[in-house]
Amino acid sequence: MLRRIYAIFRSRNREFIRDRSSLAWNLLLPVALVFGLSFAFDGQRDEYTVGVLQAETQIDTSSHPFLETQYVRFVVYEDLDEALRKVERHQLDLLLDIGPPTRYWINATAPKGYFVEFALLQASSSTPVTAMKEQIEGDPVRYADWMLPGILGMNMMFSCLFGVGYVIVRYRKNGFLKRLRATPLSAFEFITAQVASRMVLIMLITTFVYTGTHMLLDTRMEGSYFTLFLVGLVGAISLVSLGLIVSARVTSEELAGGLLNLINWPMMMLSGVWFSLEGTGDTVQRIAQIFPLTHILNSARAVILDGATLADVAPSLVALTALSAVFLTVGSLIFRWEQY
Amino acid sequence: MAIALEARDLVKEYPGVTAVDGLSFSVPEGICFGLLGPNGAGKTTTVEIIEGVTRPTSGEVYYYGEIAGAKFREEAGIQFQNTALQDYLTVRETIEMFRSLYDRQANINDIIEQCSLADLLDRDNRKLSGGQRQRLLLAVALVNRPRLIFLDEPTTGLDPQARRNFWDLIKSIRAGGATIVLTTHYMDEAQILCDEIAIMDAGKIVTQGAPADLLYERYGDKLINLAHGEIRRPNLEDLFIDLTGHSLRI
Repeated sequence: MLRRIYAIFRSRNREFIRDRSSLAWNLLLPVALVFGLSFAFDGQRDEYTVGVLQAETQIDTSSHPFLETQYVRFVVYEDLDEALRKVERHQLDLLLDIGPPTRYWINATAPKGYFVEFALLQASSSTPVTAMKEQIEGDPVRYADWMLPGILGMNMMFSCLFGVGYVIVRYRKNGFLKRLRATPLSAFEFITAQVASRMVLIMLITTFVYTGTHMLLDTRMEGSYFTLFLVGLVGAISLVSLGLIVSARVTSEELAGGLLNLINWPMMMLSGVWFSLEGTGDTVQRIAQIFPLTHILNSARAVILDGATLADVAPSLVALTALSAVFLTVGSLIFRWEQY
Repeated sequence: MAIALEARDLVKEYPGVTAVDGLSFSVPEGICFGLLGPNGAGKTTTVEIIEGVTRPTSGEVYYYGEIAGAKFREEAGIQFQNTALQDYLTVRETIEMFRSLYDRQANINDIIEQCSLADLLDRDNRKLSGGQRQRLLLAVALVNRPRLIFLDEPTTGLDPQARRNFWDLIKSIRAGGATIVLTTHYMDEAQILCDEIAIMDAGKIVTQGAPADLLYERYGDKLINLAHGEIRRPNLEDLFIDLTGHSLRI
């Protein structure tokens, strides 16, 4: 069995590596995106963001005149430590606790915090209550730091879904799968070889791109490289497994492309590749939880930006493993060798 | 002589079409068996059911007296009519990859020599001519020292030299003791290579036997008058047309 898996694994690797245009695309696209976007946005958010510390999920704008300020995005936080960490890293310009007592926190080194504080004090002048100021310090998280996991995750998603889903559909359409079926190779062996090949290739590419951008842009890394690698590995397995479901029966490359895009785009928009989902509605955030990419990016950012440990990201790893188990089971059950 | 392969009451139905309609035949060990028929007769479907790549609606396939299963897959060699190979792999890598899928492995140098592929070993699959590609597909079908080989229209699209070269290859394989099941449109090919043939039409076998016996049964000592006063003996093509008609198949 292992000999057969290795034979398919090796030939698929050769096919991928010798397809220079595809290899170059997989390597250059994420690097170009990280560099391009990090220089284009230079670490600055356009809008002002204020955290509101409260237990309720909806903000009552009548509770304080500042909450009616235009051009400021208000985001609810229940956990003080989490919110303070955001202020410390310039991801929140100010944190407000309506109280009583009314308190606020700003980062002394954040220019946008200075202006938001000014707006808060202006709005507070019409109220009899004085807000207590608390000041914290910390270096900013640049856009490149925040975005790097997103770009790598997106590249991983495209590579896993198209690299397995699309390729198997092509094999089925051109009769290569039919030829393999006439050998002692089993569906399990074939699928295992495809998954293993893609896993090795995507982890090598992601490691290479991460190392290169990390060194050149000096991106933040608060946690353990091992934990980050594990998040990538478990995440890639879930994405490859998702690709297998699409490829299990489809015989048309056009349909496969459409289905894969149907999966890709919602994941790309709702999993936090380009922007944070903080402040979005509950429904959106709940939907996002069914996407493997959401768990991958949340965990990777927690490791990179917050120094999350293996225990901290364990719930996401469990969720990804469960999703992989579901995808692989469904994919294996509905897998078909032949075209018709 | 042992029966290498037996098909019993094979039926394959697609919506609105019965592609194979209660087909039964057996192939003794060591012969070259030809399955002939016009387009759409059900030859390829029949062969694919036997090969295990298409599931029949009903019927069974026996390999040396047992339901065709793991042993059959290990010991059968198959050359499909249209097989795509992996891109970016060389001839040698393709042969080695398929060879690794079997426990029963042929000597790779013997296959290369037999199929005249020595000069093409480092060539990308995509850069092979039609004849070279057919020789590679035959080599792939031989990687497991098959006791039974299926060749589905192996010479379609080849020039006369390549066809004759391929015939020699098939003869050498048969001389090695393997049983061959050949489907073809070419009656001259069947007459030269096959010990026994079955002519199919509309999913059924209309006649079966040794080519010479079938011709004698049908025509006896009759001769055919041609234009300009020439005469000749009836051949398999005459028999084929007599049995399957002149109407164009679509």
